[in-house]
Amino acid sequence: MKTMASLIREHLFMVGIDENYIETVAGCARNVVYSSGTYIFREGSIANAFFLIREGHVALEVYAPQLGNRVVQTLGPQEILGEAWLVPPYVHDFDARATENVRAFAFDAGCLRGKCEADPAIGYTLMKRFVPIVVQRLQAARLQVMDVYAKAS
Amino acid sequence: MSAALFHADTRLAPVPMRVVSARAETEETATIVLERPASGTIATGVPGQFNMLWPFGLGEAAISISGDTADGSRIVHTVRAVGPVSAAIGRLRAGDTLGVRGPFGIGWPIDRARGRDVVVVAGGIGLAPLRPVIYAVLRDRTAFGRLLVLYGARQAKDMLFRDELAQWEARSDLELFTTLDTADATWTGRVGFVTALLPQLRFQRGNAVVMACGPEIMMRATANALLPTGVRVDAVFVSMERNMKCAAGLCGHCQFGPHFVCKDGPVFPYGRVRELMTVREI
Repeated sequence: MKTMASLIREHLFMVGIDENYIETVAGCARNVVYSSGTYIFREGSIANAFFLIREGHVALEVYAPQLGNRVVQTLGPQEILGEAWLVPPYVHDFDARATENVRAFAFDAGCLRGKCEADPAIGYTLMKRFVPIVVQRLQAARLQVMDVYAKAS
Repeated sequence: MSAALFHADTRLAPVPMRVVSARAETEETATIVLERPASGTIATGVPGQFNMLWPFGLGEAAISISGDTADGSRIVHTVRAVGPVSAAIGRLRAGDTLGVRGPFGIGWPIDRARGRDVVVVAGGIGLAPLRPVIYAVLRDRTAFGRLLVLYGARQAKDMLFRDELAQWEARSDLELFTTLDTADATWTGRVGFVTALLPQLRFQRGNAVVMACGPEIMMRATANALLPTGVRVDAVFVSMERNMKCAAGLCGHCQFGPHFVCKDGPVFPYGRVRELMTVREI
């Protein structure tokens, strides 16, 4: 039977990370399953976890009067879900809804922050993984809001 | 004027062609099917080439070939109404006649892609010039590696070729990834800019050919996302769009730095135009 660490190691986010670090962070992780339609977290809720998606897709939604629920991004296998756990006040800005049955690793945010504080090398390693993803998403979001497929006015 | 200028291919003299069918793809985009003259005066072209379409009395517009270039009986174009000429083309119905010059330009590097993975990245109307590539690869499927098609659109109602997308989705020899810039909660597919699909893709990055078509900023973002991951700069191709007039490299309307998009392109190796794409004066 595979250990949690060995399973986590296979996720794209963790590939290449030092074995000892994976063992350490695996102590903060648990397997989670969400059925299609379930909200994994809600806007305004405390970001007490981040997720490595293994299977299924998740829609990040925001509700706007007149517009209803708008999907701003979807995430799928081998992607991470949730960045709010990194930055105070640790509150989610979006709803996250499973659009299919989702399997993921959920990392307890307090546990992980504690381990990063205790061993900054682990924290630095994780930040080097998180930051490029956050930057990629920011760049993609900028292009999305530019509405580049619209007719030039 | 030299005799060579009026080449036997009649590319400077429009040939009247009959519309055999027309269908609306979206609110502002239509596909027209033209019956190719039996005389063969208009070549079917190759994927990536374009024709100059002339709704009589209004002027010409450069429109990419969007159909199967191996079908010698017809020529297919998909046009988005962005001005009076393209809007008039989009209003054509079966039985109408249109003037056509072409085909023009350098097409997609189909032969170069043989034996390699093929990654097609389309944004908006950019799927139209790339559809012939997909036909070409599917027709000779075993000659190529994996075929990945990424398509980003603004909203669900703006997606082109929906019936065909559903057919491609069902195929096991084509990996289709569609995504929207924005959607309501009833949409069950992906949402996000098309470049967000790239990091998770599995293909032979060192042995692939990437063909991208869409807004320039989208093509740049695609290249910027792929090049650091092992895709070779000389394996990325983009299709440029400029205002075409003569389409034969004579008038200079489509000049892009040292290139004429009409005859040196519209398909360029990314490495040849990457610097020019960030020059604001061009």
